[in-house]
Amino acid sequence: MNDQQREIPGILTGLVAMTKRDLLLAWKRPGDVLNPLFFFAMVCTLFPLAVGPSAEQLEFSGPGVLWVAALLATLLSLNSLFITDFEDGSLDQLLVSPQPLPVLVLGKTLAHWMTSGLPLVFVSPILAITYRMPLSVVGVMMLTLALGTISLSLLGSIGAALTVGLHRGTALLSLLILPLAMPIMILGANAVSLAAHNDIYTTGIWALGAYAIGSLSLAPYATAAALRISNE
Amino acid sequence: MTTERKTLTHKLSADNLTLIRGERCLFEGLSFALESGGLLILEGRNGCGKTSLMRAIAGMLSLETGEVHWDDVPVEKQRQTFHGSLVWLAHRTGLKGDLTLVENLGFERSLRAVSNREPEEIYERLGISRLKKLILRSLSAGQQRRVALARMLLADVPLWMMDEPFTNLDREGRALVMELVEEHLAVGGMCVMAAHQDVEINAPTTRVTIK
Repeated sequence: MNDQQREIPGILTGLVAMTKRDLLLAWKRPGDVLNPLFFFAMVCTLFPLAVGPSAEQLEFSGPGVLWVAALLATLLSLNSLFITDFEDGSLDQLLVSPQPLPVLVLGKTLAHWMTSGLPLVFVSPILAITYRMPLSVVGVMMLTLALGTISLSLLGSIGAALTVGLHRGTALLSLLILPLAMPIMILGANAVSLAAHNDIYTTGIWALGAYAIGSLSLAPYATAAALRISNE
Repeated sequence: MTTERKTLTHKLSADNLTLIRGERCLFEGLSFALESGGLLILEGRNGCGKTSLMRAIAGMLSLETGEVHWDDVPVEKQRQTFHGSLVWLAHRTGLKGDLTLVENLGFERSLRAVSNREPEEIYERLGISRLKKLILRSLSAGQQRRVALARMLLADVPLWMMDEPFTNLDREGRALVMELVEEHLAVGGMCVMAAHQDVEINAPTTRVTIK
């Protein structure tokens, strides 16, 4: 209790520990990680069966389908971001810890992205090839998906924090997030289509990057505030 | 080390606290003061607002009137310092069922200041050293409670906030909790406790009854 001895661990320690804990939890419950991934793969494989397998049809709709599926898969996984912490009381423990809440939230969101967004990015080339996407465009698509899912995880964490105290807040969460998520999808899908037509696509990438940086710097604060409100 | 600890004193005080939840006024004009070495016991029927008062002290509920002070500074103005000085044993343990004891407490270590006591010694004391490799979900409620107590012992903080610390514990466990609190108070710590049962702790005790 001597003040010289008592030292609160640094912010970075808290951030890393939070990310590590959530990654460990995801590792122990792989079902939660695989669910959105299966959803993503299923939508992308079912779509051609419904609209017909003609080559130009697939090339035309590929970027759009992949992006819509990625957006929905991410929304699906967002619901569980804070719910288990809320139920077992560890959210309360995070709220009374001396670590700044935005930092802990950022750690959690980072782990969420690594277990939901990043797997989508790595699975997407396989699905893109079935849509006859040329390899040069696949790279562009992976880049847009990577940037886009970062923004989606961060923006989604605000919605997840706001709806954490409500039972079955999934529908509300989607409604809250969709207006913010729509531009990401439009920019992403558009950039991929432009790349497929050998057009200038970098504007879209820059815009997505700006979106990601913007949400990276603002979303943790909004989420922390939302958590404090919904946990009252 | 014991003498060193006595040198630094802290003070937790509240003045004229009123809390309204929904349509109901849980308490009105509640005041108390607690100094290092002291124990504050919150008493009252079920549902009278003991937990809400604890949450209000910890800064998780906004009060209608009144302020909580830590070392004579309002808590809202120094949330981080205050939170760095307390550890909270809540009704729900706040531990992850899918992780083992060591993994759970390892995470806690990065949240707040850690005491220089050996973890092994603490596990031994609480009778949980055999359970280190098991995931918490497989432990009994009482054993999980003991793990939550280990979190308090691992932290090097003056203020312990305990919400119904005796829940799920056997007679031996209850005696152990009282013993641990007594030791903590003896070295200049302080404790806020919400309790139904008779608490036999040899320390200067303040009682607050919520009607």
